[in-house]
This record gives sequence, structure tokens and C-alpha cells, in this order.
Amino acid sequence: MSALGLIRSGTPQGARPFERFLLTAQAWAGLPAALAAEPSLALLGLWAEPGTVHAAFLDEASHAVLLASAPAEGGRYAALSPARPGAIRFERAIRDLWGLSAEGAVDDRPWLDHGRWPVAGPMSGNPAPRPGAEPPQPEFLPVEGEGIHQIPVGPIHAGVIEPGHFRFHIQGEVVVRLEARLGYKHKGTLGLMLGKTARAAAAFAARLSGDSTVAHGWAFAAAVEAALGLEVPPRAVALRAAMAELERIHNHLNDWGFVCNDAAFAFPHARCGFLREGVLRACADAFGHRLMMDRVLPGGVAPDIAPGGGQAILAALDAVEAEIPALLRVYESHASLQDRVVGTGFLDPVHAARFAAGGFVGRGSGRAFDARIAPGYAPYDLLAPAIAVEAGGDVDARVRVRVAELRTAIALVRRLLMTLPEGETLVPLPARAGEGAALVEGFRGECLHWLRLDEGGVIRAVFLRDPSWLQWPLLEAAIEGNIVADFPLCNKSFNCSYSGVDL
Amino acid sequence: MLWPRLVRALVSRPLTDPAGAAPAETVAALGERLATTARARLGRSLAIREVDSGSCNGCELEVNALQNVAYDLERFGLRFVASPRHADVLLVTGPACRNMAEAMERALACTPEPRWVVAAGDCAVDGGVFKGSYAVHGGVGAVLPVDLLIPGCPPSPAQLLEGLLALLEAEAAPRQK
Repeated sequence: MSALGLIRSGTPQGARPFERFLLTAQAWAGLPAALAAEPSLALLGLWAEPGTVHAAFLDEASHAVLLASAPAEGGRYAALSPARPGAIRFERAIRDLWGLSAEGAVDDRPWLDHGRWPVAGPMSGNPAPRPGAEPPQPEFLPVEGEGIHQIPVGPIHAGVIEPGHFRFHIQGEVVVRLEARLGYKHKGTLGLMLGKTARAAAAFAARLSGDSTVAHGWAFAAAVEAALGLEVPPRAVALRAAMAELERIHNHLNDWGFVCNDAAFAFPHARCGFLREGVLRACADAFGHRLMMDRVLPGGVAPDIAPGGGQAILAALDAVEAEIPALLRVYESHASLQDRVVGTGFLDPVHAARFAAGGFVGRGSGRAFDARIAPGYAPYDLLAPAIAVEAGGDVDARVRVRVAELRTAIALVRRLLMTLPEGETLVPLPARAGEGAALVEGFRGECLHWLRLDEGGVIRAVFLRDPSWLQWPLLEAAIEGNIVADFPLCNKSFNCSYSGVDL
Repeated sequence: MLWPRLVRALVSRPLTDPAGAAPAETVAALGERLATTARARLGRSLAIREVDSGSCNGCELEVNALQNVAYDLERFGLRFVASPRHADVLLVTGPACRNMAEAMERALACTPEPRWVVAAGDCAVDGGVFKGSYAVHGGVGAVLPVDLLIPGCPPSPAQLLEGLLALLEAEAAPRQK
């Protein structure tokens, strides 16, 4: 049976808008082989709750999303990593958090658990106390060859960035293998959300990754609203999209500038930083917060856009739009800069497709996926933005996707603000049970949120999947064969979230 | 294309003091305060090592914004350095994650005296929304000796700068006796 057929043969669980099928453990065990034969079914995420494992898939042909679950009998389930390399880190995280083992897994080293929590399996339902044992030394994949040496970097890096450890194996100047070790920022976010009402838990979704606070806030709110079957006022929908596009704009400006800065070319960095500051100040005027944190809530948006806020935003965006052509000419016409970005950090489109990488990482390597267009959601069904795809796969391609998206995002914000519907922005949440999921396109890719509410409207199970889960492993592939000095450049062109995947 | 722009920038008004924007005025006013107090204690500069002990990265966005031309941190003699060994200040963001505690302690051990530890952001102050999690010790103060708290979620660049300058004043006072 095909993997799609296998999943759809399970029992529907009534999740909205993407159905979740409960499979038997035997049916799930058939998934790895079926997936291997069916490359068009992409794995979006893999997570668990006590005794059950869940997966989210995207049918690349129809862009339909479907969820599959199976009981983990005896704390075990069949690993999907032999068929989907993107599953590797999820499986390692599932063991660390929920104590479930993936049988036949490609990699069974710990991931989030560094041996420093007071308990093992904190989400497993019966966490085992772990009194003060010495944390184990991390194991890295070996490299063999003449003259190989290692460079350990982090968790604290030289710049103002998030913590994580990078282990480089080097031959001369060339990176033979990079392996990232993350999890330093694990805050127990999912555990803190359980038992809270949707409104109370929204603060955690907004703080999964601060640079994507609007996108994650929206994905969480949409999942709650799907679970409750709640319609959001049209004004709130438009304001959410405006904020999400503003978030895309300020982050893309930031990344563009920083990529140039990492190639020691300061002018675009200075200009992008200044333009971005204008956008953030306009956001503060309009929404009362520079990053628009905690503005998207389950049930709508609060507070409403301030009087005059729209004009402030439009003025800031005019300044950005006016300068993009000149900045692009500077970017394109300096050989010293082009020499650093063109051909550097090449991500093979085959890898991007295998991992179903979203955002500028996927679209910079030819994977034409954008959750705003397909599966799609309001208000983009009426304002479908042009999708920016580059085939180059290098740092330059990822920059060019961002520049193209800057322009479409500016146009979208203008249209959204000029056609802003009147009316209320927030409706109360009914207290009832339900299960919902949502896919919202943030600046770095699609944010997948899933949750289940009980009759009192309290969260009983939840997973927040940042797009970086499927992008981080590809950074390791893209840096291979590059020189060490180009790592910051490659890393910034990916700009994966540490907090988003550390949970 | 670049050179004409640079020349124009040289002869035009600095972008750093945009008229009517309150944060920029605060920053300019605080810059004058730094000139008198920071010299007394540390000459004219303060080297800052930023350490993220588990933030959501919102604080990093605002700390980075301190360095854009609108705030131009370096005009105050405040600058970010790549190693705690070169630092006078550890500026720590995020709750004290258990997985980061050893790295935080090592960073402190690498920072020469006299030194100051600043906990920036609501999470760094007391753990923020992550308080009580199995994975965090609490605020930065649960792991490091904190000299100054800068609340905010995240604190704006103006708040961050105000806090850094307030620290300088407080530290300089006993010396002036």
C-alpha cells in the first residue's frame, strides 16, 4: 500500500483542518518502507505525547497536509529516519522529552537532553528523577583522513547570537564535516503549556522564537481556532497578515545586512539596519510593540492598530522600497562581495527536497513551497503573493529570495492596510474540546502548530514546530567543502532559529 | 554607486539623531551622561560581552539594534567584544537554562575584574514566563552574581542603553568619595 493510503486507512480522529489518522503499531511499522517508495510525501514534523507518536506529512503533489499517529507499545515505535532524514532530530528529541524509542533509528544519541535536567523524560508522564550525575560528554560523528583536526565553537559565540555548539572537522582550510549540537536553550516550553488555557499558553508560542513571534503566535492562534471551530473577525485576519508581513520585512532586511556584514561589507548592513529600525518604530507606533509580540491572540488581535499607525507603517515602507534598488545595485556591483556570496554554501536542491526545507532555504534551492499559497489560508487566498524561487542554492540565491520577498511583502502590507475591514478584532473563546493544527508561513518558513484542548478549553497536548527543524541539518550539508571563514556567511544565509528548535 | 552615497552621507546630517523620535533623544541625552561618569571609572569605554543563556532571541534582536546607526552605541564608548576575556560587562539575556549554566559560569570565570553582570529582559530578571520549568534555574541571578536588572520583553534598545549607563553611574559613585 502507498504511504498515503496506509495513513488514510487509519481511524480519523476529527482534527481540523488537517485530519489525523490513528494507525495501529503494525500499520505504522509499514510506513518507513512505504515512505521510501514515495518521495512525494514530505515529513513536516514528528512528535509525541505519553504513549503515542505523531507525524505530520505534506503531499507535495496536492499540498494536502495530513497527520498520522500510532501507539508506542512498550515505549517503542518504528523509526521514520531510514526513509526521511528530517526525522532524525525529531526522534532524538522524542526520546529525550517523552522517553519513547525509535526502533531502527539512524541516530540514537541524545539531542535536547544534555544530562543536566533534574529528571529524565520530563514529558513522559512519569519522569524519572536523576540526582546530580556528571553530565556525559557529547559524542560527535567521526571523520577519518590525513591531517584532519577539529575546531569546537560555542555554545557561546563571538557575535550577538544564540548559543549552540558547532563541531568542525577540518582538513587544511576546508570543512570536511560540520555537526551542530543544539539544545542549550531548552526551556521546557511544551511542558509549561500543558494544563493552561489557550489564551494563557499563547505567550509561550509568542516566545518560541522571538524573531518569528507573529508567525508562531498566528500559527498557535489558528490551531486553537481550528480546534474550536471559531471564525476570526475579518479585521483581525487582515491585521495578522499585515503584522506577519512586517515581521518578514524586518527580518529579511536584518539578514540581508548581516550577510553583507559577514563578508566585511559594512555599507548595506548600516543601511538595512537603519531601514529596519524605521520599520520597527512604525510597528511600535501602530501596535505598541516593536516586534509585535503578544498581539496575535487566540480569537483575534489585540490591541487594534493605533490611529495613525497605518501612516507610520506606510512611510517606513516607502523608505525601504525607495532604497531597495540602490542597495541591490551596490550588492550586485561589488566584486569583493559577490565573490563571497556567489557559489558559497551551495545547498543541493536534492537535499532541500529530501528534507522538505521551507522558507528561503528551500526556495533558494528550487523548492517552490510557500504555505501562504498552498495549502493556503486567509487572507492570502485573496491576495496570493508571487512566490520567489531561485535555483542557485548558494548564499546569493538565499539573499535574492529575501530581496524578492521584501518587495512582495511591502506590496501586501500596503494592500492590507488600505483595504482594512472595519469591526471588532477579538472574539471570546468558547470553552470546548477539540483538536486543531495550522501551517503559517513565517519569514524563515512554515510554522506548524498542533494541539488538543479538553472540555474546559485547557491544553492537553501540544507541539510547536519551527521551520528550522528541517533547515539546520542542511546547513551541515551546505558548508561541506567550504572554507571555515565562510561559515558565518553560510550560517547567516540560513539564519536558523536556535530557540525555535530547542523548545 | 557606492562612493557618491558615502560622500553624500559625509556631508549630510547624521542619521543618528532623527528629529521627533523619542528613543533617539533619550539616547543622545544619555550619551552626555556617559562622558562624565564612565571616564571616572573606566576611562572612556566599556567592553560588553553578550551571553544568551536561553532567550527566545527577541532580546538579541534588540541588543543588535543598539549597534545600528540610529543608536550608534559606539559613540558612547560602549562596544561589543567577541570574548569574555576582553569584557568589562557580561550582558546576559534569557532565563538561566540548565543546559547553559556551565557555559555561563565559564564565561564569568573568563571575565577579568572589575566586571559587571547585567541581566537584560524579563526572562533574565526572574525566569519570566519560563519560571518553574524543569529546564531552567530561574533568572540569571540563580547562576551568576547579577549587578543590574533591565526588565522588558524584550527591553528596547533605549531601555538597554539607559540600563548600561545607570550601571556606570552607580558603580562610579563610591570612587568619587
